[in-house]
Amino acid sequence: MVTQTTRTPVYEISKADKKFIGWHIFFAVTALTIGSLFGPLQALQQAGIDLYPKLDFLFIHMNDGVAAYYQGLTLHGVLNALIWTTFFITGFTTLAVIRGLKRDLAVPILNRIGFWTMVVGLVVAAIPLLGDKASVLFTFYPPLRADSLFYLGLVLVVVGSWIEGYGFFITLYRWRKENAGERTPLIVMAVVLNMVMWQIATVGIATEILGLILPWAFSITSGIDPQLSRTFFWFTGHPLVYFWLLPAYASWYTMLPRQAGGKLFSDALGRLAFWLFLLLSVPLGFHHQFVDPGVPSGWKFVHSILTLGVFFPSLLTFFTVIASLEYAARQRGGKGLLAWVRALPWSNPSVTAQLLAGILFMFGGISGLANASYSVNLVLHNTTWVPGHFHLTVASAVTLSFFGISYWMVPHLTGKPLWRPKLALASSWIYFSGMLIFSNAMHTLGLLGAPRRTPLGLAPYVPDAWNGHLIRVAIGGSIMWIGLMLYVVVVAVTAWQRKRLPEGEVVDVPLAESLDDPNNEPWWLDRWKPWLIAVAVLIIIAYGPQLLDQIFGIQLTSPGYVPTSPIPVG
Amino acid sequence: MRAAVIVLVIFGIAIAVAGFMLGIQVPTEEQRVDPGTIANEPEWAAPAAGEPDLRVQELAPGSKYVVHIVAQMWLFSPNQIPIPDSGIEIPVGSEVTFYVTSRDVQHGFKLQNTNINFMAIPGEVSTLTTTFKEPGKYDFICTEYCGTGHAAMYGSITITE
Repeated sequence: MVTQTTRTPVYEISKADKKFIGWHIFFAVTALTIGSLFGPLQALQQAGIDLYPKLDFLFIHMNDGVAAYYQGLTLHGVLNALIWTTFFITGFTTLAVIRGLKRDLAVPILNRIGFWTMVVGLVVAAIPLLGDKASVLFTFYPPLRADSLFYLGLVLVVVGSWIEGYGFFITLYRWRKENAGERTPLIVMAVVLNMVMWQIATVGIATEILGLILPWAFSITSGIDPQLSRTFFWFTGHPLVYFWLLPAYASWYTMLPRQAGGKLFSDALGRLAFWLFLLLSVPLGFHHQFVDPGVPSGWKFVHSILTLGVFFPSLLTFFTVIASLEYAARQRGGKGLLAWVRALPWSNPSVTAQLLAGILFMFGGISGLANASYSVNLVLHNTTWVPGHFHLTVASAVTLSFFGISYWMVPHLTGKPLWRPKLALASSWIYFSGMLIFSNAMHTLGLLGAPRRTPLGLAPYVPDAWNGHLIRVAIGGSIMWIGLMLYVVVVAVTAWQRKRLPEGEVVDVPLAESLDDPNNEPWWLDRWKPWLIAVAVLIIIAYGPQLLDQIFGIQLTSPGYVPTSPIPVG
Repeated sequence: MRAAVIVLVIFGIAIAVAGFMLGIQVPTEEQRVDPGTIANEPEWAAPAAGEPDLRVQELAPGSKYVVHIVAQMWLFSPNQIPIPDSGIEIPVGSEVTFYVTSRDVQHGFKLQNTNINFMAIPGEVSTLTTTFKEPGKYDFICTEYCGTGHAAMYGSITITE
């Protein structure tokens, strides 16, 4: 059987909530579909094949290949990295909280308000994005200036995600009151912890937009401080990565072992890893600013060490997930030191997508270590190594895991069987193959010094040594797109087909049991207060002095510039 | 447990050695400037006719140099290609300190095949030093998106025998 069905679900999520979660997935997949259209266009552009003028009906700037490239690149980053992830994550979190606690949301209206605020934000930001009034890429570094609707839209998306977060916090709080003495299920702890981390992390971007950018965009201040903006941005920018990643980890810990036919190797190790992510995700943003002139090298070193620290819970995860998979494989008759891998249910598209996500993430983790290290970063900074790296993380570990989750979640939500499981399986393998070619070429180009965010097909300085790799970028990027489109078709047809699961059958949420008993774990693995205090202390130590220094040295001297003109606006 | 702590300490020392003792440098705080006027200062501006070019200074003949480069949408000054360059000629083996700033938006500055790689941020001055061990033409390219002309923004510096 491709997706596990059962006749007696342990707990049934209400129809209304299923529909609500479904809306999250609908917007997520729609954003991914549109955002990914630009992927192969960019990749082909690197190899000198400029398709933008041929697609001028899609763009506002007719026949201007460069403007279209950057409009597309902005849409690619915003829709894929910010919208697909945030909407999918809040939807998955809703499902995990309700099913994990076997309890309705405490204040459902709060979650509804949060979600529709995010949708309004998306629409508001889409207006300037589609009109080429906000082609500033998803990092929107000032003093490049976008239309103020772009910033307002982003604020609404973030605020909406906060409100949904409050809905989860209140629900968990109520459950803990009602079930005193019971351990919070790991799945719920993981996804709620992720929303708490997000809450802390987004203080940076909220301060940047509300405190610096909007006053400047509305001409209340005459200029902006680009260095301080960057510091606030990267306060959020790196934990953002963990906000994407932790839901995938949650699935690897609490669902994948069951889907693979086994149990979670250690619930306690899982909890420890998640607490460490809460502790260490935020205070390390300066490793994105190694090449910034306004940050002292000493603080860069401190954040470099903390970044290596956050590698520890990732290694814990690596160990625990592999151990769980090995247990499952041996239960299924797998033998040998490594040959057990073949006994995993590779015919299950949901499992395979997540296994391939994990394989790519190993490479992504290694290239990330190079980014984080104080001594090597300068070789790679701002080169194609960086997008090569984050395509292995957010576009592989996260995105492929979300493919895998979708393959049971859409049937679960709609009561319809997965359409063409073989095609679903193929989508992951095709995407995986394309990613191997693409990411290897991007990393190699980075080592050769190729800048990121640049249509290299138009750049005058490209040496011959880059050309073969640029062609591999184009080939890999195009193959990825085919795999991704197959995913979109499979989930869309699954959701909209007329066929339903046989009467009385449902696809249940595949929650794994653990080999160890959560009730025997030490108390501090299920207490929020000590960890939250530790988080606050560590952030104050790692960010406090330097942030105060930059705030007191603020210099509002930069007027805004639109990307098409060297003459300042306003 | 004890083995784990020992391994951690060894790795910690290795990182500290790599970070501080092997001559590894990352940009650090230099100075804050006004992006609106910086390009007019003598050591950043193109010289008037007959005046010396202060953007390239020889501190010790044949061995120590300082270079100032302004980044703007969408060229480096001096030495943007194909604009005729300042005639910077630096002999091989020289230690050269680069100072780079931006007069408008954020740019990047990566001098290929060297350890010079940093942001050019308006209001800040970035600096790093490198020693050229091989003669030849070294490209420096803009590595941060700075608007529609970004892909053409690059220059070069020639190191002579």
